[in-house]
Amino acid sequence: MPRNDPARDAPQADFAAALLDPDLPLPKGVVGPAGKSAQRRFAVYRNNVTVSLIDSLADIFPAVQRLVGPDFFRNMARVYLTEEPPASAVMFEYGSGFAAFLDRFEPVSKLPYLADVARLERAWLDVFHSTDVEPLSPEALGVIAPENLGDVRFTPHPAARIVRSRYAAVSIFSASREYRPLDRIRPLDPEDGLITRPDFEVQVRTLPPGAAQFFEALITGETLAGAATITVERHPGFDLPAAISAMLEAGVFSACSCSQAQTEQIT
Amino acid sequence: MTQSASISSSGPRFPRAPLPPRAGAGLKSAHIDQILADSYRIGFLEIHAENYMGDGGPAHRALTAIRSEFPVSVHGVGLSIGSGSGINPAHLERLARVVERYEPAMVSEHLAWSSHDAGYFNDLLPVPYNSATLERVVSHLGRIQDRLKRPILLENPSTYVAFEQTTMSETDFIREIARKSGCGLLLDINNVFVSAVNHGFKPLQYLREFPLELVEEIHLAGHAADTDDEGDLLLIDAHDRPVADAVWKLYETVISQTGALPTLVEWDNDVPDWPVLRREAQLADAILDRLGPASLLGSRHAAE
Repeated sequence: MPRNDPARDAPQADFAAALLDPDLPLPKGVVGPAGKSAQRRFAVYRNNVTVSLIDSLADIFPAVQRLVGPDFFRNMARVYLTEEPPASAVMFEYGSGFAAFLDRFEPVSKLPYLADVARLERAWLDVFHSTDVEPLSPEALGVIAPENLGDVRFTPHPAARIVRSRYAAVSIFSASREYRPLDRIRPLDPEDGLITRPDFEVQVRTLPPGAAQFFEALITGETLAGAATITVERHPGFDLPAAISAMLEAGVFSACSCSQAQTEQIT
Repeated sequence: MTQSASISSSGPRFPRAPLPPRAGAGLKSAHIDQILADSYRIGFLEIHAENYMGDGGPAHRALTAIRSEFPVSVHGVGLSIGSGSGINPAHLERLARVVERYEPAMVSEHLAWSSHDAGYFNDLLPVPYNSATLERVVSHLGRIQDRLKRPILLENPSTYVAFEQTTMSETDFIREIARKSGCGLLLDINNVFVSAVNHGFKPLQYLREFPLELVEEIHLAGHAADTDDEGDLLLIDAHDRPVADAVWKLYETVISQTGALPTLVEWDNDVPDWPVLRREAQLADAILDRLGPASLLGSRHAAE
């Protein structure tokens, strides 16, 4: 890396800083042709950067944009992008810190579910672009002897995310993305969301009580019996068979194994 | 093993498909079904590499369908070849993966920078033309071409400002880069026109000085109009509308000299329905058919 010559890099550092801060003077050496001013000319770059990054955020967070309105969203996105410009040139990865930004951005404090809606949207796009992997087939569980089922551990599917919210973030996310009214939603009802892509279509589900904790325990490597025990302690009415059907249907896992036999799913 | 369940990372293999000397279009996901179903077979499709740097999903499935039927070129927008902080090795690896995955006929990038320590700016930013920048760009191109194991094409920029540190003309600068790095050139004729208006030079003069013999692909696009501090016309490389008449005229001049070349129509903002973009491509096809065979360099190209 030619970082050993800071002098050579200085004009670009000025240029970069001035792009995101309109109060900074023109970068050193930047001029218009034939003695012309470069103010409005440089402003084209400022505008390109700001508008393209705001547009990228609007593409990634359409539900958030709809909830706050496009004008408010654009002003808010402008604040965010100066705090946290993209770390890479892959724009569909931008905005991993946007939800945390919304959590502390005072003007949206009256919409406490907004950050969780952003978490769902960010998870949705991660899942959209993640590796293509066949989900675990129900038959793979079927071949395991019943007495060994409790010892089964699962491999998480790369396109599976859980977003737990103290608010009705999943209902609000879905209604907003589908242009449905929000008036029947009670925002203070907690909801857990599951985002998966068992094939080529992203699916979003609201999980029944306990299922998120159960899946999270399995994802961190607990056995089926261990995860069920942990979950029932907190959610006595937990419906284990329904949760297992849901995880197979949604594609939360890609493989399973028995600690004794190391039975792996073969696809 | 989780790996056993995943689709092979090398993916499907494709037939060799060089870019034909015809019109192509910038690929937009909204157009893919229509392109595949269209009786008009576009010459090729060009993708922005960064849009396919994910691991999997619907975007890759759609591009696989396109690549199975059409030649594809890969156009990077994020390598930041002019950057003073060097080429990001992780980004170069991701580009290499896209190239390995889709075996494109061409790979191209910009004479520009877009990343600095502060982050990625999602815009193509200008560099001063002097020996220090030249050395930096040539070294970056060497690194990229070594990794990709193929020469790439470098695209001339559209710019709005100039630099006091500039000591060379843009055409001399680009010719010298190509000579030292062995890269080919992508001539963006809309960029030539935009820069000519913005900096007050004659586009035909630029084209006379440009090493046309190194051009392997052409880009065409639409631009928007604004004004500078003096109230004079300032063109913006907006890619949001049809190609301007003046740019078509320059294109005819170039094709008359070079012969038919793969020609991409770019339309990245306010993307229209496919038939509108297809019409632009067909206009380019008509010019290629009319002027390509009679060109000054055409016989040389045809003999290759």
